[in-house]
Amino acid sequence: MLTADVVVAIALGYVGLLFLLAFLSDRWSRKGSRWISNSPLIYTLSISVYCTSWTFYGAVGSAARNGLEFITIYLGPTLVFLGWWYLLRKLVRIGQVNRISSIADLISSRYGKSNTLAVMVTLMAVIGTTPYIALQLKAVTTSFDVVSGGSGDLLGNLSGDNSGIDPALLVAVGMALFTILFGTRNLDANEQHPGVVAAIAFEALVKLLALLMVGLFVVFSFGGLENLFPEEMSRRLLERENVFGGRWAVLTFLSATAIICLPREFQVTVVENARESHLRTAGWLFPAYLLLICLFILPIAAAGLTRLPEGANPDMFVLTVPMAANQEMLALFAFIGGFSSATSMVIVACIALSIMISNHIVMPVVLRLRWLRLYDSADLKTLVLFSRRFSILLILFLGLVYYRLSAQTEALASMGLIAFAGVAQFLPSLLAGLYWRQATARGAKLGLMGGVVLWVYTLLLPSLAEEGTVFGQIVSNGLFGWEMLRPEALFGMTGFDPLVHAIVWSMTANTALLIAGSLFSEQAPLERLQSALFVDVFRNTPGDESRALVRSAAIDDLRLLSRRILGADAADRQFRDFALRQGRDDGVPVADTAFITHLERQIGGNVGAASARVMISEVVSGETISLDEIIRMVDETQQVIEYSQALEANSRTLEQTAAQLRQANQRLMRLDTEKDDFLSQVSHELRTPMTSIRSFAEALLKADEMPPDQARRFMRIIHDESLRLTSLLDDILDLSHLESGEVRWQVERLDPETAAISAIAACEGLAAETGVRVDHVPADTTAAIRGNRDRLSQILINLISNAIKYNDSPEPWVRIESRVEAGRWRVDVRDNGPGAGDVAPDQLFSKFARGWRQIAKGRSGTGLGLAISAEIARRHGGDLSLTESSEQGSCFTLTLPVTQ
Amino acid sequence: MTDSGADRSAKQILIAEDEPNIVELLTFILERAGCVTRAVTDGEAAIAEIRREAPDVLLLDLMLPKHDGYAVLKAVRGSADNAELPVVMLTAKGQERDRKVAESLGVNAFITKPFSNQDVVDQVLALAGAGAPAR
Repeated sequence: MLTADVVVAIALGYVGLLFLLAFLSDRWSRKGSRWISNSPLIYTLSISVYCTSWTFYGAVGSAARNGLEFITIYLGPTLVFLGWWYLLRKLVRIGQVNRISSIADLISSRYGKSNTLAVMVTLMAVIGTTPYIALQLKAVTTSFDVVSGGSGDLLGNLSGDNSGIDPALLVAVGMALFTILFGTRNLDANEQHPGVVAAIAFEALVKLLALLMVGLFVVFSFGGLENLFPEEMSRRLLERENVFGGRWAVLTFLSATAIICLPREFQVTVVENARESHLRTAGWLFPAYLLLICLFILPIAAAGLTRLPEGANPDMFVLTVPMAANQEMLALFAFIGGFSSATSMVIVACIALSIMISNHIVMPVVLRLRWLRLYDSADLKTLVLFSRRFSILLILFLGLVYYRLSAQTEALASMGLIAFAGVAQFLPSLLAGLYWRQATARGAKLGLMGGVVLWVYTLLLPSLAEEGTVFGQIVSNGLFGWEMLRPEALFGMTGFDPLVHAIVWSMTANTALLIAGSLFSEQAPLERLQSALFVDVFRNTPGDESRALVRSAAIDDLRLLSRRILGADAADRQFRDFALRQGRDDGVPVADTAFITHLERQIGGNVGAASARVMISEVVSGETISLDEIIRMVDETQQVIEYSQALEANSRTLEQTAAQLRQANQRLMRLDTEKDDFLSQVSHELRTPMTSIRSFAEALLKADEMPPDQARRFMRIIHDESLRLTSLLDDILDLSHLESGEVRWQVERLDPETAAISAIAACEGLAAETGVRVDHVPADTTAAIRGNRDRLSQILINLISNAIKYNDSPEPWVRIESRVEAGRWRVDVRDNGPGAGDVAPDQLFSKFARGWRQIAKGRSGTGLGLAISAEIARRHGGDLSLTESSEQGSCFTLTLPVTQ
Repeated sequence: MTDSGADRSAKQILIAEDEPNIVELLTFILERAGCVTRAVTDGEAAIAEIRREAPDVLLLDLMLPKHDGYAVLKAVRGSADNAELPVVMLTAKGQERDRKVAESLGVNAFITKPFSNQDVVDQVLALAGAGAPAR
């Protein structure tokens, strides 16, 4: 059996090891060794400060009580690291660019370096973290009691234990000492603490190993998972009604928020981050770590429920399961694991909170006191360190007090969740600060205030309330006895899990107030500037704040100030470096706006942006914030975005235009070729009759002794060819007018059959001359169309006369047959002529269609008739086509839309 | 065409032309100049006729159905027996491009419609004298 002395000795030894590790790491890094800050592994392990003793002990307890619900605590961070990695990267980038020292500093910087906001966030963080620290103290003392006392009192009721010093006090003192030694050793730039980070990473490994070993032991001692989870146990652990319900979603949301908003997480993820690229590794390694932590939670819970007597505290199963199997060394190792979880959380939380308290509460107050002003000899650096140490003691003291007061509260998990819900109130302001340019300080303050008030009222208050007290009265009857104001059923929202209820109300109010407050307030100039720098941190911002702030200061004043904050060496180095950058070799930089801004940032890294601004203002004379310049900067980014969008749109338009131009050009080229072809064809068609006219006329002139009938014949040819030439010119003009759309003709409602009748009448002479029989089969229903009778007749005359002229059948006939079908009047002109041969139908209707002309040798025909007819049909909304063509004959069909 | 066999010194002219009026005209003016003419109305017939009995001069229209003037000219220049046959090309297309093509194919004369009758007769007679020996 382990005695308390042995356990204490081992715990002290372990703490000693941590001190040594931190000390060595600090010394290495001071000597320039960068292995800690260079290692993405150490960075990732330090993030696992998320897994506190609540996780270490409480997750098993939660699994034993509520089944799978514990997974939500790991699911949230996993989702953030895997899925919302970009948010973390943006946080880290902003943190590095602006030398952000804490989450309060980040929110205050974003909203115009508002110290009010910083104070609000700091106070909230303290309120949210104190129970959490108390939780760690409680876990250490309870586990200590379990592992050393063996009294069987597994409920860990230590408050009445007067046998010696309360281990919680010991732990608190030890942690204070460690934190002060390694957390406030100096005011390093960026608030990075390699010693602490190394120790935390080591502790992360210890707690993981301890949990894994207990888990493995459980699995092996049961002889496999199937023995651990008989059907009854599986049902007990896995089949819960609340899985994947509202509470499940809210828990996941809370844990996702916590990994961003918890001050200690912000400290290790953002402030201690040495390289942005480490985040890439953490993006998968941290979820993997969480997975390993989760691995044996259920087996341990099952083992505890199986092996330990009814009523045993499930929160201590990690210890009591090995102890029940007489595995004392394993239990001791598990204790050290839990101890690691607790101490690492306390240390980092203390550092983070002390930076916040000191920078945002202590320093601003001190800076207002006249006797500490710049021209006094007091060393501000010492003052800052002092205030840090004081803050650490204060935080641990608060934690201890809370622990003493709340020692009766049993479940570790509920305390952790309340804290999570508290820091979740930072989220709206944080996200809006990163992504919404219009979010204002007033909006952030309102949102934060509203969220916190509701959190206190709906969650914190009920958790403190006891039957019979004032709080208890409020919880059961509502404020002022109004039912509507019952904290756990606000405005009649009953039937919800208290946590879900509280989160829904507080987050909704927080977000709504933030948005409303931002929409109804104006940003101050500095705020507008900061919002642009934060939201657009990844863009090439047109400049930093020095562009918009015009100020000057005496270089000696600046040197004095920065030496007092940064330390003499660091300050002198800054001055030398900047002088070099300015191209001055005397080592004294010009105190221009850029340099002052640079110094303010360096100082801000140590005391927070708001305090740095106050300090710098002390020595700066004539500061003007150029509103125009700020607006220009903000607008410039906006303009760059808009401009590039406009460019993109432009280039798209250009591409489209180019494509259209290409098409138009191709069409023009085609038209040009067509026009050339047409002209050359016209020329050809005109030259042929002209040749006859000229040459026969010449022959007549030259020949003296020509027989009269031959002379007559020649004159007849000249006459006919002149007529052909005239009709050719007429057709060319007609077609050109038709195609250019210049021809306007009278449109009337008419019976198309009348056009057919007049066309047939016009062709009667030709038909009689050539002996072709012409039949007309009119439609049996009358139809009306809108069009021009003469033009429609022209089409039909052309078709009928072609059919007559080209018909070389021994018994030639032409039949004109019309009917009404599908809303169209249709007429077929059919003949038993030679057909169109192998001429393509579309060529048939083009100008000077050849093919048929071969047959028309010596007869009048211009080659334009079908082209003109097709054009007229088209302009009537109709269609002309060759529907049949063979050696037995052909058929042209004209259809026209019937009007109502 | 009629009594060609009788006049053995008369030049034989083949007219390949699809416009009947032009055939009639060419026949008229060439016979008046003492030539004997035959006429075909498409390219295919022209090639067959030359193969059957080569004329002294070929009067060839460019726009002929079934093998245009170019194709006929190519066939003539590519043939074994009649590669040297004098060819006068007639065309209504009158474009310089066509003249270039015809010349590159080895035409002897290129006349654009409408033409002077005298011009056609002169060109034909000149070629008939210089070309293939009279029978």
